[in-house]
Order: sequence, then C-alpha cells, then structure tokens
Amino acid sequence: MTAARQDATQDSTDVLRVADLTKVYALHSPVISRLTRGGARDGQLRALDGVDLELRRGEILALVGESGSGKSTLAKILVGGQTATSGSVHHDGHPMPAHRDRDQRRRIQMVFQDPYSSLNPRISVGSMLRELLLLHRVVPRRDVRAESVRLLNLVGLEEDALEAYPSQFSGGQRQRLAIARALAVRPDVLIADEPVSALDVSVQATILELFASLQRELGLSILFVAHNLAVVQHLSHRVAVMYLGRIVEVAETAELFANPRHPYTRALIDSIPRMSVGSINEEFVLEGEPPSPFDVPAGCRFHPRCPYATDACRTTDPALADVAREHRSACLHASDLDAFDAAPDPRRSLEFGSPTTADLERVATTTTVTTTVTTTKDRSTSA
Amino acid sequence: MTTVTTLYAARRARRSTAGSRSLKPWYRNGSLVAGIVIVGLLVLAALLAPVLSPYDPIKQDLVNALAPPSSTHLLGTDKFGRDVLSRLLWGARVDLRVGFIAVLIPFVIGTVVGGVAGYFGGWLDTVLMRIVDVFFAFPFYVMVIVLVFVLGSGEASIYIAIAAVSWVSYAKIVRGEVLVAKEQDYVVAARLGGLSHARILVRHIGPNVLSQAIIYGMSDIVMDIMAIVTLGYLGLGIAPPTAEWGSIISDGQEFITTQWQQATIPGLAVVVTSLGLSWLGDGLSDLLSPERRK
Repeated sequence: MTAARQDATQDSTDVLRVADLTKVYALHSPVISRLTRGGARDGQLRALDGVDLELRRGEILALVGESGSGKSTLAKILVGGQTATSGSVHHDGHPMPAHRDRDQRRRIQMVFQDPYSSLNPRISVGSMLRELLLLHRVVPRRDVRAESVRLLNLVGLEEDALEAYPSQFSGGQRQRLAIARALAVRPDVLIADEPVSALDVSVQATILELFASLQRELGLSILFVAHNLAVVQHLSHRVAVMYLGRIVEVAETAELFANPRHPYTRALIDSIPRMSVGSINEEFVLEGEPPSPFDVPAGCRFHPRCPYATDACRTTDPALADVAREHRSACLHASDLDAFDAAPDPRRSLEFGSPTTADLERVATTTTVTTTVTTTKDRSTSA
Repeated sequence: MTTVTTLYAARRARRSTAGSRSLKPWYRNGSLVAGIVIVGLLVLAALLAPVLSPYDPIKQDLVNALAPPSSTHLLGTDKFGRDVLSRLLWGARVDLRVGFIAVLIPFVIGTVVGGVAGYFGGWLDTVLMRIVDVFFAFPFYVMVIVLVFVLGSGEASIYIAIAAVSWVSYAKIVRGEVLVAKEQDYVVAARLGGLSHARILVRHIGPNVLSQAIIYGMSDIVMDIMAIVTLGYLGLGIAPPTAEWGSIISDGQEFITTQWQQATIPGLAVVVTSLGLSWLGDGLSDLLSPERRK
C-alpha cells in the first residue's frame, strides 16, 4: 500500500474540496412546553461548524469521530442529500450545488452503513444494475449484461447473482452489491458511510480489503467515514478527526498514529485495544460527558474533557493550523503536548458518549444519552 | 481479481448465494390454496351460470310458488315460483362482479393519492390527508346508503358510492407504507443514481407498498359484497327482478320458518365467499412479503 500512498500524494489535485461548511438544524420545541416555560427559544443544533476538508484524487481519506460529531451529516451534504446552511462544496474545481442534475449526482456516489436498508428487496440485482447502466448510457444496450457481470466480478460476486434478490445474500455480500451499484455509474468519488460497522467482524476485513483494491485498481477517491480509528488504520492514506462538528486534526495515517497533535486524537488512538498484556489504555483516558451540540462550549470545544486544558483553552477557539508537513491540528498546545506527557496521570478515565445527531433531530428535547464506545468488535482489524 | 483475499471472498460469496435460495413454494401455503380453490369455484360457478342453472332465474311460475326442495327444484322456489338455485348462481355473477369492480376503483384512487401524499409530503400531504379525514369521519354504511339514495339505485351508483367512501382506507394504508419506505437508504441510493421522483415512486417504492393495499383489498371485496347484499336487502341495490344474493335473502326471509333454505343458502354463500377471500388475502400477504420465509 506504500506505493499507492505515494501515487496519491504525487497527484495533488483535489477531487473534492469543502470550505467553511456549516449545517445548523433549527429544532422547534413543542408548543406546550414553550407556553409553560414562557416562550423558551427554539434550539439550534450545530451539526457542522465550519468544516474545511479536501479529498485528493485517488486517495482514501478516513473521517473519524464519535456518534454525533457530524460526520454522517457531512457525508449527506457531499452527496447532495442535504443542503448546507453555509459554505461550499467544490468538485474538480467547480462548485457543486445542493440541487444537482443527473450527471452531477452521478459523480459522487455513496455506500451506506446498513446494507439491509440500502438495497430494494423487490428489485433483482440484475435489474438494479441494468436500470442505472441504461439511464446513464454507460455502455451500449447490448453490452449491459456483460458490464453488469464485470461490476459483480469487480466486487467479488459471480454472474449468478444477477437473477437473485437482495434477501438471498448475506450482509457482506449485500455491501458488495451496494458497492457495485455505486460503481455502475462510474463515479469520481465514493463516500462510504461506516460501511463495515453493521457487518460481522470476520466480514469487515474482506470489505475493507475490497475498498483498498478498488482504490488501487480504479484509482477511485474514497471518503471513508468511521467511528473508530482501528478500522481505518491500515486502509486510509490520510485521516481527518472530527469532534462536535469540526475537524480537529488532519494528517497522513502513519503520521497521525505516530505523532498525534490533538488530545482527542490521542484518546481515540489509546482506545484501540491492543494484543499485549497490560496495555488496556490506562495511559490516557478522559473524563466527563461530551458537551451538547446545542450548546458548544466557549473557547476550545474539547476543553471540558481535555486533561491538558489551560485557561487559554477556555477562552480561545483554536483554528485548524499546520503543525508539521501535511499535518494540521486545532489545538492551542499542539506543539507542546509531549511536555504534558512528562507527568501523566494514570487515573484519568475517558468516557465517550454523546447524543447522536439522529437522536437530536428526532427529539426536540436535550436529553443526554450516554453511550460507551466499544472497540472490541474492531479488534480483528487492528490486530 | 488480483488479490487472494478477494478471490477467497468471491468463492465464499458464490457458495452461500447458491445455498440460500430455498423459498417456500406458493402451493405449500395452506390458506392461499384454500382461498384460490374457494374463490376459483365461486368464479367458475358464476361464469358457468347460464350452463349450470336449470331454469331462467327471473321466469315466474306462480303455480309452483314456494315449492319445497325436490328433485326438480333442488333448493325449492320462491314466492313467484322462481328457481332459487338458478337465482343463486346468477346472483353470484352480479355480486362477484360488483364486488371486484367496486374494489378496483377505490384501490386505484386511494393508492395514487396515498402514494403522492406520502412521498412528496409537505402541504400537499396535509391537504390530501385532511380531505381523507373528512371522508373517514362518516360511517361506511350511512355514506353508501345516502349516496345510493341520492344517485338512484343501480350498479353505477353502487360503484360510485363505494368508491367515494372506501378510497380513503387505501390512501391511508399506502401513505403509511410510503412514509416508511421513503426513509430507506435504497430510495436515497436511487435518487443518487439519477432516477426521477416519478420513477422512484412507481418502480422502487410501489412494489414495496402495494402488498398491504392488495391484502386489504381482499377483505374489502368481502365488505363490498356485504354492502351490496345490504343495499339489495334494503331495496336500494340492483333493481329487481335481477337475481342478487341480497334480494334473494330479503325475499326469502318472510318464509324463514317454512322455507328456511331460501334465505339461509344465499346467506351461506356470502359467508363462504368471505371466507375464501379472507384466506386468499391471508395467503397473498405471505406470498407478497419480501422475505417470504416462514
């Protein structure tokens, strides 16, 4: 994969560029509670708060963050499924509007998290592919079947799948079908929204390998969304870490793991289980509840949970800035984090958890749902 | 494929694809088969009524009025001397035809309205569903009887009256199903694939939501046949002397103590028809559900 990584950096054109993207959900509190509380204001959920990111041609960029960090919202905006409140999306240097024509939609395709909901139970694999191939005139009519078979082979399935319906396939096979569908229209960019998190551990690795081989063989640009660094460690060329609607660190994968420059990234790395005795992440564990995205803390948004937080962190909101070559971090102490590590406190404990954006979209009240992120199911890929 | 992993995965994929194709064949579905047999026999009897019935269903023979069951008149004769068996067979033609057609019209209207309202949502949904609520607020029989009374008795007014009242049920069922289906990722994927809204609604969502409406339609045929029979009983249905189950029951009930079969047999015919259609609907719901394993 080292060779592929070099290829990706040589061609520095960005296939997708996102600038200052913001998405605010206005939530209306129920009429009754507004009356009883004497006209309380409607809440605003800032799912994305000024996101800058670029996807380079032919690279796999991993987007990692907790539930509710806004990574799925970003994916939805990129494929045109939602409209950003402000900011811009550029594709190949041209602005990509939220309302797209058929050809613009074709260019950015998506692989969904749940392979059960993403395939129509009533449409056979063959007619699913045929419909897209004919609509976009990808190949002449007489070659449609051959092209369908080629797509199936590309994702590791056989010709006999053409006549079958989605219910006849397993989760991993369904995800392969979803990838074949996305590739049918010859996209430039593939957005993969946690494509392995709904799959069995034994299947996850094969799907990850499929993404890697597609990137190698087709030169596809892939934005790979994951809630866990372990999944993308051996897959992606670069990693972007999201926290509460903002990118807090971007770097090449090896650099990020070797030299994390944001405390949150350190916490994520330390939460990856390792196969050695006594290494269960006691070095760096954070405390506290994640702040509500309705009420983002002043200053650095990570400071309430950050063991390195100083007074400056409570007042200054750090911007994403270069800390090394190809390495940006949004931490005031990015350059002197190691100095803090000189006196580590082993008793700090990290509690991940936050209300998911989806929860908050549904429920108008701000209940804090505490979930514990378990990383055990990804152990096979990290090991 | 160049990598060992993908080759391995491909082989595994192929193997389990072949293994998972065991769906229960339709003829192993008990209620479906029972439904098909009963409804099939009824339809056959109705179609063959001119051949099967021994007498003209409307020809009066006042000398032989109220004859008891015998070898010449298997179910006896009514008060005008008409052969009850012949009337029963000819009545099946009317009742089944009116039942099916009376379901088809509201099925189409309701499905279109419900589908459009559910898929596009917004003010269109609000307006259409408030109209549905207004229609829904009236009791079925009251509306049908009033409409038939206003429009005058006859087959056409029965169709109009039933369609006007029962399309709302289909609209509600289909809208609910569409609301669920349109949130599925496959709809988002179809949009991303560049398909139009019309195509997604008809080709991608349609097949996933129609089964519930079809199943409801089966029980609705029963409802409609009951309505026709009720209207016939009230004298608002198909005009006499046309043979129709409701009017046969109505004619026969004054002689229930002496000639019980005159009202009971057509009554039983209604029950058997209902049973057959219910089983058919039940069986279809098994057959039409996407994962038909049981």
